Amino acid sequence: MLLQIHEPGQTPAPHELERSQAIGIDLGTTNSVVAMVSGEHPEVLRDASGDGLVPSVVAYVYDEPIVGKQAQAELAHHPDLVISSVKRLMGRGIHDVKTLAGALPYELAPADGEKSGGMVRLKVGDQILSPVEISADILKALKLRAEISLGHKVEKAVITVPAYFDDAARTATKDAARLAGLEVLRLVNEPTAAALAYGLDSAAEGIYAVYDLGGGTFDISLLKLQKGVFQVLATGGDSQLGGDDFDHALAEWVMRRTGIMGLTSGEAKVLLQAARTAKERLTTASGAELKATVAGHDVRQSIDRGTFEILIEPLLGRTLRACRQVLEDAKLSPADVKGVVLVGGSTRVPLVRAFVADFFKQQPLADIDPDEVVAVGAALQAKALTQGSDTLLLDVIPLSLGIETMGGIVERVIERNTPIPVTKAQDFTTYQDSQTGMLIHVVQGERETVDACRSLGRLELTGIPPMVAGAARIRVTYAVDADGLLTVSAEEKTTGVKAEIAVKPSYGLTDDQMADMLRDSLTYAREDMEKRLLLESRVEAERVLLALDAALKADGSLLTTPERAEIDRVAQALKGLIAGDDRVKIHAGMEDLDRATHDFAQKRMDRAIQAALKGQRLDEVEAGMATDGAQ
Amino acid sequence: MSVVEKIGGAGAGATFVPCWSCKGPVASRALFCHTCGAVQAPGSTDHFTRLGMSQSFDLDDEKLEKQYLGFQRVLHPDRFAGKPAKERVIAESQAVALNEAYETLNDPLKRATYLLRLKGINSEVAEEKTVNDPALLMEALEKREALSEAESADAIEELMISAGATAIQLLSEISLAFAADDLAAANRSVLRLKYLRKFLEEARLRRAALES
Repeated sequence: MLLQIHEPGQTPAPHELERSQAIGIDLGTTNSVVAMVSGEHPEVLRDASGDGLVPSVVAYVYDEPIVGKQAQAELAHHPDLVISSVKRLMGRGIHDVKTLAGALPYELAPADGEKSGGMVRLKVGDQILSPVEISADILKALKLRAEISLGHKVEKAVITVPAYFDDAARTATKDAARLAGLEVLRLVNEPTAAALAYGLDSAAEGIYAVYDLGGGTFDISLLKLQKGVFQVLATGGDSQLGGDDFDHALAEWVMRRTGIMGLTSGEAKVLLQAARTAKERLTTASGAELKATVAGHDVRQSIDRGTFEILIEPLLGRTLRACRQVLEDAKLSPADVKGVVLVGGSTRVPLVRAFVADFFKQQPLADIDPDEVVAVGAALQAKALTQGSDTLLLDVIPLSLGIETMGGIVERVIERNTPIPVTKAQDFTTYQDSQTGMLIHVVQGERETVDACRSLGRLELTGIPPMVAGAARIRVTYAVDADGLLTVSAEEKTTGVKAEIAVKPSYGLTDDQMADMLRDSLTYAREDMEKRLLLESRVEAERVLLALDAALKADGSLLTTPERAEIDRVAQALKGLIAGDDRVKIHAGMEDLDRATHDFAQKRMDRAIQAALKGQRLDEVEAGMATDGAQ
Repeated sequence: MSVVEKIGGAGAGATFVPCWSCKGPVASRALFCHTCGAVQAPGSTDHFTRLGMSQSFDLDDEKLEKQYLGFQRVLHPDRFAGKPAKERVIAESQAVALNEAYETLNDPLKRATYLLRLKGINSEVAEEKTVNDPALLMEALEKREALSEAESADAIEELMISAGATAIQLLSEISLAFAADDLAAANRSVLRLKYLRKFLEEARLRRAALES
């Protein structure tokens, strides 16, 4: 039998190139978009009618969930089985959910504490679903759209999140991707992705503001663009402010005018949908009529643009306050901003454009479709991460990370707008004699007190040896990776007792939950996981062989012929194992090679140290002579 | 010849560590192994050396940014996305070290505090309780009082402008003190500037509260 082995570094076989192709996904509150770069240019993947937007709506009417326009169409018949705007619930607790005059556009499942990890869950027909599962269904639909368009499987993606998303919401998004069978190469902030699409398109240089008003979130980011580097200077916003709130304001106005009260959650959805339609009409028309049948009434209410603008003005004021704050954080004034990029469907509202133009004293830019620009940026980053690129994104954390100290006061460990990845450590001590444990409460936010910040999780350091109060030195380390995700660890420095625990977000999923969901998931087979692990082992083994090749080329003369022959034999054996598909054997082969090359490595180090020692002696002689000369 | 320069030099006297990937010798401050090309762990060095800047309070902002971006271009974890997990982890630790160095040196107050620490003076311990400079305490007290009496956003703005001017003045004093190697004077101005920054932050919060 002939084994096909391609030499490390050579072009992989075509099917492997396909495997490495990654998509960019904008998982939006109202609409989602999937794009990818094929050849040179990014391309939004569209349906048969040429539509790139997939409404982020899921209908659980049949056995298999339906996503997108068809799901939207089910709303009139099964309002209780159709879920939209689920992004607003990602990583959220029950008290965070916004009501429409007491009625929720979702039916919430009763909280069951530990089991749900604190995240709100929805009752959909006779199912109980978490926002993570519903988001995963949207992601699966987007993945499928890409696979149909490409004609092969897609396993990797860059997914965008609002810059202002906190740690819990980011973790929830990553969990949803995992559930959908997608490996997340990177979570990229939406305004950063938009800047990437925009900047690469226009070769812009200088400071740009990205004003991103989506369906449910508002982000404002300031970026410095220069020579392919996209550096975020400051970011801010409101993770609970978007076009949905325009719909809410309009729906509430209609309820006040008509005196309708006590809507069911299904009726709330219908009224909000009608409000959205009227809002969209007001973008181009000066008046619109809102029509809906709720609570036994046929509602017909006409509204002119001026009234609508009065309703949303306070919301726009909130966005401008955030704009002022980021300018202050970056120590810049509106005059320093060279261009303002508009992102998000809500920036189509004429009053939004007027507000932005007035604040930044310039006409905002909207050359690229504000609904698609984020997905295009995600696709560009997906290509950069799989096939290399000259561009570089340098992002920041949007919200300060802190720790609870005595009296419920927050001590900040990492300030907002710190570039990521970042690691910061701070020392704490015990406050009681013989205290053997310490509870570390991790919070996120800008306020001084714990109650006003968001609780991300708690971790406990146990086994501190009994000491007098204040003697222990507990170093707490916060590490934020390039995705903006936090890991916290703690160590007692005088004795070395460690507790390295990744933060379990208060609103995230427990590992058990994740395992259950993966088991239940139909698309995520165990073999996929095994395949991924095998692929990783191969990559690692090829790295080892490449490193050995380089070492032999440089220092092979240190080996006797039999020594060299032995190393070659073990290396050849590992090459054979890479071609097979047993990752345990590959690992054993790597260990064999490590043992076989141990003496070789030792000789190489010895020779270098000898040379260095000689150099140092020479140095010392020179130093001695200089001293002598001075005397 | 200082120790830092000696280690930094590529020639005689450079220290070696084994490369994690090919196990061969690699200079302790090298970013990549000269034999196998694998990215190396950041190692411990001061922030100035890490970014290739000379150890001084006065530095060229543009050069600092250029150096930082130049290193990030080759070391950022995004550059290693397709590489084995070990290399990605190492690249991430390099990016963390670069970010820390840049954050410290890019802010004049952090830079001054750090430079003092390198020279053996710990400005960090100078918390409010331990400060025994009566003039400084008096100044801080007066400013706080003025802030609590200010009743309009405009009045606070005025206080902030005046504090901002003092801050600029203090920066030039710090620069002169370092140039004259008068570390005690530099430390005094650093402490004053820390107070001023805290005051400005409080003023900002007050103003925001008044505006909303």
